[in-house]
Amino acid sequence: MPGTDDIEALIEQMAKLPGLGPRSARRAVLHLIRKRAILLAPLARAMQTVADTARECVNCGNVGTADLCDICAQDSRANGELCVVEDVADLWAMERARVFKGRYHVLGGTLSALDAIGPDELRIPKLKERVATENIREVILALNATIDGQTTAHYIAEQLEAHVRLSSLAQGVPIGGELDYLDDGTISAAMRARKAL
Amino acid sequence: MEWRDTGVLLGLRRHGETAAIIDVFTPDHGRHLGVVRGGTSRKIAPHLQPGAQLDLVWRARLEDHLGAFTVEPVFSRSAAAMADRTGLAGLNAALALLSFCLPERAPHPDLYARTLALLDHLETPALFPLAYLGWEQRLLEDMGFGLSLDRCAVTGAADDLAFVSPRSGRAVSRAGAGAWADRLLPLPPVLQRPYDAPRTEIAQALAVTGHFLGQHLAPALGDKPLPTARQRFVDGLARQNNSPMD
Ligand SMILES: [Zn+2]
Repeated sequence: MPGTDDIEALIEQMAKLPGLGPRSARRAVLHLIRKRAILLAPLARAMQTVADTARECVNCGNVGTADLCDICAQDSRANGELCVVEDVADLWAMERARVFKGRYHVLGGTLSALDAIGPDELRIPKLKERVATENIREVILALNATIDGQTTAHYIAEQLEAHVRLSSLAQGVPIGGELDYLDDGTISAAMRARKAL
Repeated sequence: MEWRDTGVLLGLRRHGETAAIIDVFTPDHGRHLGVVRGGTSRKIAPHLQPGAQLDLVWRARLEDHLGAFTVEPVFSRSAAAMADRTGLAGLNAALALLSFCLPERAPHPDLYARTLALLDHLETPALFPLAYLGWEQRLLEDMGFGLSLDRCAVTGAADDLAFVSPRSGRAVSRAGAGAWADRLLPLPPVLQRPYDAPRTEIAQALAVTGHFLGQHLAPALGDKPLPTARQRFVDGLARQNNSPMD
């Protein structure tokens, strides 16, 4: 089709987004063009703004639009609790749950023997510095319940246990989970972590 | 080409958007790599944890191709490993060493059996370090660097053995060592005969096996450094030795 190169280019970019393929990207672009004034133009402006301003928080590794993210900028969140997560997506998941009122530290990965990721590739030196300077009482290790995630948790624990109280998330039956559908590892972890009623 | 076997997952890395390349240790086909399509998906990824026992079908058009695996979980070691810091570190050390040492596609059935026995000890953390030591000795033997600790390399005597030659891996008696004693490695009794040894002695024995892994086996494999996971496990044991709780 003549005169559609720009649109094809946009579809191609959209199709690279997680969860979208060529067909759904095409539908989305057509929808945006039809709603040019109320959807496409504001979306383009918002994307340009974020493209200009998005950056990693120098303190915790969260993504924001200033040097310090909103969480690190709020004094009320300096309550002495620091939650360590692997990735920004995990931080956002914790925030969705609205159960944690302290600050975060994003590692940016986990130790991995096979991929040769060591402590210096992660933000572990910065974590140690924060524990020493931010008056932290408890570090909560909210890392994935995987071999790599827990190996990383233990490594951090070894680095910090002389200085601060440490805890980790429980492992077991998910809310809404049916035993019949759980893998044996989860059932075994839940059994080990059983509690009195 | 197609075969079916069981195996222990040593590790994996991402391959493109959704696939993974897994590294498995099987009894009949040795250490083997292959692609798992959809291996990073929410459905399959939880089963592809290091140490997991898998049922494997490998298919490839030609024998020397990387090929693709279809995997079925048999059972997971994750919960047992995650329940204990020493066990988790030991699991990482053993899997990293296997991945480091074993050539691809060469069966090591005895070492495979010993590896399963070691992983079973994740359920009994107190016995794990001793089991690990025996496993590492077995690994050295399978790789052609076994220790020979029956009699003295100098005098032939079977008693009073107190040292190991850092070059030959053979035992040396106190009498045989003479003035060279300080150039030899100490021989902790637990290396000769497994028993419920104190952690300090097991750590000393791991320093001896570590010498042969690092100074003899690694150079033979192209002088890559030993996996850091092993050192982390040994350091963890040393920390326990020093802790006042023990
Ligand atoms: Zn921040």
